[in-house]
Amino acid sequence: MADRITLQLARYRPEEELEPRFQEYEVPCHPEWVILDGLNYVKDQLDGTLSYRWSCRMGICGSCGMTVNGEPKLTCETFLADYAPGPVRVEPLDNFPVVRDLVVEFTDFMRKLTAVKPWIIREDERPLTEGEYRQTPEQMAQYKQFSMCINCMLCYAACPVYGLDPEFIGPAAIALAQRYNLDSRDEGAVERLELLSGHDGIWGCTFVGQCTKVCPKHVDPAGSIQRYKLEAALEAVKRFIVPWGKR
Amino acid sequence: MRDQAPYTQDHPRLYRRRVSTWWWLKRWSSLAFILRELSSIFVAWFVVFLLMLILAVSRGSLAYQEFLRWAANPYVLLLNVVGLLFVVFHAVTWFNLAPQAMVVHLKGKRVPGTLIAIANYAGWVVVSVAVVWMFQRV
Repeated sequence: MADRITLQLARYRPEEELEPRFQEYEVPCHPEWVILDGLNYVKDQLDGTLSYRWSCRMGICGSCGMTVNGEPKLTCETFLADYAPGPVRVEPLDNFPVVRDLVVEFTDFMRKLTAVKPWIIREDERPLTEGEYRQTPEQMAQYKQFSMCINCMLCYAACPVYGLDPEFIGPAAIALAQRYNLDSRDEGAVERLELLSGHDGIWGCTFVGQCTKVCPKHVDPAGSIQRYKLEAALEAVKRFIVPWGKR
Repeated sequence: MRDQAPYTQDHPRLYRRRVSTWWWLKRWSSLAFILRELSSIFVAWFVVFLLMLILAVSRGSLAYQEFLRWAANPYVLLLNVVGLLFVVFHAVTWFNLAPQAMVVHLKGKRVPGTLIAIANYAGWVVVSVAVVWMFQRV
């Protein structure tokens, strides 16, 4: 294995250039080094002007998502040595506007995330004296997988539907809505249905399945959307048959 | 969502990349998805073909013979062979995806995905055998 590897980094400095271009840097290729270590090496030793996001270095914060050789990856858990002899091309996440170099603008995702109300909604809040809302391990297993989402947005970068139609609510937000819909303590499913089964919701998904493949936390957003389609369709039938029923 | 996210002056010149027209050729999963969408045309064609067959049968023996002659035309045959390939592709990829959409819990445990896929394939075989059996009796 070569002991050095070339990184081709997308650079975009809005005050200097109109569109991104690539700049090459040679970095050490230690077996334990991830792409993020390579980027930190560039920033510390070679070129302090490079901009990128990172925080925890351990696949929890979801900050360091970038496009590595065309695939959306968390750069903190993608090893340089796996791309030897290189070069490795690192670009900002697809489907998001670029602020600078490898940094993308994700206000759109944050708005969608809050729009699906990813918190426990109760019709009547129980007084504290009645104690906590208890849940069996089986009830928790219903939604646990979807609760593992770290909002890294790799699924949005992988989703061709979001790329073509930015109004689509998108994989992670729908999966997180499902996380609360499937929670036995939550009573907000009807409130979320309006948005999720609306024009920009689940029906925009054409089940490409790429979101599930790139998810570093095995959340399976594609699966959650298909399951939600089934539930929304059943709900629509129910409303058609019993229009006066409970909503 | 309807309203676009407001951008502040701190982000004066965002660079927006266009999605390439050929995005669906970049990954096998995207190509498979486009082919599956395309297969709906052939599913529709088979419905039309079936309706034409029923119409011919309802018009009597002569019309039925005429329909069979037309259906044996190499162009129609080729269209049907291509159509069959697409419909089989549609069925196979759909059955493979079924475990993701169908989550079945039995006695508090999630039924493994492979079992759900196998059940789908088994259903396909059972229906196919039933159809063949029906035609052999006629």
